[in-house]
Amino acid sequence: MSQILETQKLDIQKIREEFPILHQQVNGKPLVYFDNAATNQKPQRVIDALVHYYQHDNANINRGVHTLAERATAAYENTRKSVQKFINANEVEEVIFTKGTSESINLVASSWGRKFLNQGDEVLISAMEHHSNIVPWQMICEERGATLRVMPINQAGEIIVEALDDLITERTKMVAFNHASNSLGTINPIELIIKKAHAVGAKVLVDGAQATAHLPIDVKALNVDFYAFSAHKMYGPTGTGVLYGKRSLLEKMPPYQGGGEMIKEVSFSKTTYNDIPYKFEAGTPGIANVIALNEAINFINELGKANIAAHELNLLNYATNALNAIDGANIIGTAKDKVSVASFVVEGIHHFDLGMWMDAKGVAVRTGHHCTQPLMDFYGIEGTTRASFAVYNTVEEIDIFIDALNSIIKRFNK
Amino acid sequence: MSNSIDDIQKEVVEEFSMLDGDMEMTINYIMELGEQLPPMSDSSKTDDNIVKGCQSKVWLNADFKDNKIFFEADSNTAITKGLVSILVRILSGRSPKEIVDADLRFIDQMGLNRFIGTQRSNGLGAMMKQIKIYGLAYSTKIN
Repeated sequence: MSQILETQKLDIQKIREEFPILHQQVNGKPLVYFDNAATNQKPQRVIDALVHYYQHDNANINRGVHTLAERATAAYENTRKSVQKFINANEVEEVIFTKGTSESINLVASSWGRKFLNQGDEVLISAMEHHSNIVPWQMICEERGATLRVMPINQAGEIIVEALDDLITERTKMVAFNHASNSLGTINPIELIIKKAHAVGAKVLVDGAQATAHLPIDVKALNVDFYAFSAHKMYGPTGTGVLYGKRSLLEKMPPYQGGGEMIKEVSFSKTTYNDIPYKFEAGTPGIANVIALNEAINFINELGKANIAAHELNLLNYATNALNAIDGANIIGTAKDKVSVASFVVEGIHHFDLGMWMDAKGVAVRTGHHCTQPLMDFYGIEGTTRASFAVYNTVEEIDIFIDALNSIIKRFNK
Repeated sequence: MSNSIDDIQKEVVEEFSMLDGDMEMTINYIMELGEQLPPMSDSSKTDDNIVKGCQSKVWLNADFKDNKIFFEADSNTAITKGLVSILVRILSGRSPKEIVDADLRFIDQMGLNRFIGTQRSNGLGAMMKQIKIYGLAYSTKIN
């Protein structure tokens, strides 16, 4: 990864001490947690922030005049500022809190799509999208008479850049794709695609769910229109995520849901809507989760993303070499640039069996189609076994995982 | 058949209790049971006989002879095949009434819930439902 210039070696054992969940046995074996692309674990400070909020500051935000409401609101808005810095957004109002990446994408598809998509328009996604970046677009395309098109990929799991000029045309109104693939690990050439999309006047939404814990995000430098991500894939709580959107676009978009907080004035004949970001935050949000997200951001910032990425790349390379050395194991997704995801199939062993066996040996991996069925169809497989690494994982854990894999293969060849 | 459904369930529970809840030994034994399952004839392995789970697939075929239902089954995953073989062992060759009335306690008693915990993950839960449906269908046939 070219972003890594100078990195500092992290003290992984010290980092592991911050994660209470890692220090347990599963099925009588020490837990090896390699399901980080699904959700990663939470450091003590994030857990403490959740507890502290409920013990000391719990109140509904924004409209209360009492002290607790003021404290809760301040902490909530403080996270918004941290997120703004974390992704280098121009303005704090461009940060909208949602339930997660899926809701962020649904918000744009529904609100932006309903206003700006028309008959004959095209929405372009990639062949390696998560269902949550396919289905919302299918739904709005059907409703608006627009067409969904797909950027093809090669066998390595990389978008075929040469095909883009034929696909990105004046009919293209939205290009939506992931920064990094959850199934393959591929890091996509987002700068290039954004430029090509903007050249024809299309908007771009990037699904950053798999990127925020690993890669630097600079929405200003990228000039991306929308960027969606989840707190729980970056050491934060579940049920909370972010939609970044450019002010000029968010202001033109109608509200996504109606309710409290999103209004200025309500009468039975007419309602005027609140300003951004509140226009898109109807109802009481996951206040504690948002507040605790701040600690997750602090955790990442303190370690340094470049240092995290360097450690994870080391793990990925180690795992990739070890998997390549196993007869019958084939890695799915061999892009040049990858986040720390090793997806693979083993000849003669179904991924369900592999996952169950791994669990019996204390190793948590994910198996199946990873919510990317069209991608699995492309490779002609039902699913894969996926090991994905976080900053607290170690080479020794990969050794345990590889030993487990070898003994499972041996059992099947008996 | 001399042994009742309950007798065989007890037998199965006893076999598994010898494994002391060790997950690796349990999986290994389940796989061994699957390896002993008589192969399903290709003519029965039709798409119509697929009971689909999210991650694994089960084929189930029922034949009705002498007022008894005979099951043949297979799966594309080794562990599910083992679990399926236990169901076949307990329920194949029974009368429709026995199947309809069967209380499949062994799954709870053996701690096998772990293996069918989420019905989405394999076809076993769906297979149990399908077996019951066959039981019901054939019992109306008899009546």
